[in-house]
Amino acid sequence: MRDLAWAALAGVRDPELDQPITDLGFVASLEVASLDVASLDGATPGTGDAGIRVELRLPTYFCAPNFAWLMVADARDALAAIPGAGPITVTLVDHFAAAEINSAAAFADHFQTDGLDGDLEELRSAFDRKAHVAAQERLARQLAPLVGDRLGALTLAEASRLAPDAAQAVARRRERLALVSDLAICDERGAPIAADRLGVWLRLARTVRVSVDGNAELCRGLLRTRYGVTRS
Amino acid sequence: MYQNHFVVDAHTHFWDGSPANQINRYGEGFIKCFHDYHSNLSPDEYKWPLEDFERYSEERMIRDLFENGYDDVAILQSTYLTDWYVNGFNTTEQNGRIAERHPGRFIVNGRWDPRDGEAGLGELERLHERWQLRGVKLYTAEWKGYSKGWKLSDPWAYRYLEKCQELGIRNIHVHKGPTVYPMNRDAFDVADVDDAATAFPALNFIVEHVGLPRLEDFCWIATQEPNVYGGLAVAMPFIHSRPRYFAQIIGELLYWLDENRILFGSDYAIWQPKWLIEKFVDFQIPDDMQGEYGVLTPQIKRKILGLNAARLYDIKVPGEFDVPDEPSDSGPAIASDSASSGAAA
Repeated sequence: MRDLAWAALAGVRDPELDQPITDLGFVASLEVASLDVASLDGATPGTGDAGIRVELRLPTYFCAPNFAWLMVADARDALAAIPGAGPITVTLVDHFAAAEINSAAAFADHFQTDGLDGDLEELRSAFDRKAHVAAQERLARQLAPLVGDRLGALTLAEASRLAPDAAQAVARRRERLALVSDLAICDERGAPIAADRLGVWLRLARTVRVSVDGNAELCRGLLRTRYGVTRS
Repeated sequence: MYQNHFVVDAHTHFWDGSPANQINRYGEGFIKCFHDYHSNLSPDEYKWPLEDFERYSEERMIRDLFENGYDDVAILQSTYLTDWYVNGFNTTEQNGRIAERHPGRFIVNGRWDPRDGEAGLGELERLHERWQLRGVKLYTAEWKGYSKGWKLSDPWAYRYLEKCQELGIRNIHVHKGPTVYPMNRDAFDVADVDDAATAFPALNFIVEHVGLPRLEDFCWIATQEPNVYGGLAVAMPFIHSRPRYFAQIIGELLYWLDENRILFGSDYAIWQPKWLIEKFVDFQIPDDMQGEYGVLTPQIKRKILGLNAARLYDIKVPGEFDVPDEPSDSGPAIASDSASSGAAA
């Protein structure tokens, strides 16, 4: 069950960083029932008779509550989907909005105030689109030396033969976006990028990728500073 | 001054984040969050314990900035945060007093908050009269009672920007960077800067922290708005722990903006100018990345370290340190081309 729980958590991503919360070191502890207690960094685990208890932590006290909310909610959903998991408790620790987020009420009940958007799905979708652009840029970088000026017309199936991992990463992100396209490189509606626009389009995609990658670096560094570890 | 560089440190603070000044857990969390950034990205020999970091002496600041730190001029940014700190985190008055004791060293920037309404407009006039403001620092995510922030595009913000224009306060520094505060709408774009920069072409908008961690959003806007500038605080310290990532950031900025619109800022006391300047002057884009990003020339470094800010603030640069302004061909043509592509992520 512990392995199943960990695998379920590995499917939860930081919406902005596009990386699993397990890789990022955001899972502070995982307890499965009361007989299989484990703590990931040697801290004393909590007690109780819950089916699965998870504590999540973030790189700073002030991490945006909307992202935190999404990760906590996604972790609950992922764990609850495990057959026979029993009661699920996911708790955010060391965060200024922990009490509100841990209450498991609707996000908007707590945060729909002046200056805050209640629409988390829109936020998620914005970052899914960025993740897709960044993944395509990584793919294009691998493909360009192999296919030259055919890049804009290359199908995803062909790309999968030439660069399987990078192509699969693109496919996964398309799935999240429900974006259907046969092309390896396409715009956010699935349409091809015209040959004369491809260069500039990939140039902007590179900036997106630098931004996403760098952000993840910053968060890993901050988490290491805060807790002395980056991952389990 | 470091070697032949005239240094304007465009982002410094003289703050009080000490427990005695903290009102609540937010004030405590805010300074600790800063301290995490400091600890994470500083070389070991420059790391301070939290209690030193929370509040430091005037003598230490002068030494760190000007005696050891090579700054020729430092711009003091005001950050009030009066919901979290009894006397404010660092107010214009507090900054102004240290500036007066060290003539010629500092430029004092004010601040305003559109939620202060009509009364705040009067207060801005008084601040300007007292301190001859040439710039302001805006914290769009500052808490104020029930409100958790505001936008530059809000109608009242426009009233304040008009007032700045009228008073000749040309430099508008905006914190758009890492989320050290709980703002949703601030969490993933700098769109309000776009709006305000278009509406107020005579004002300069310096986006602090170059929008990190949303660099591409910032680049996109800066490319289209010639009066948008990038402040390197938070980005520059990667030069020590993640030099290849720093090369990518500076490479992207030089591509989308150009060398005339990037400003050095240490963000003191989060980081000290000494090591940032030494490392930046020695820095070069790694060989294997030069194909993509080119090289950092001595002239680019001189502009970033001081000459660009000197231009915005009318700071007299000693003749031997100046370099001619050259038109740059980056930016607008590329952006206007791709603007129609729908590729902006």
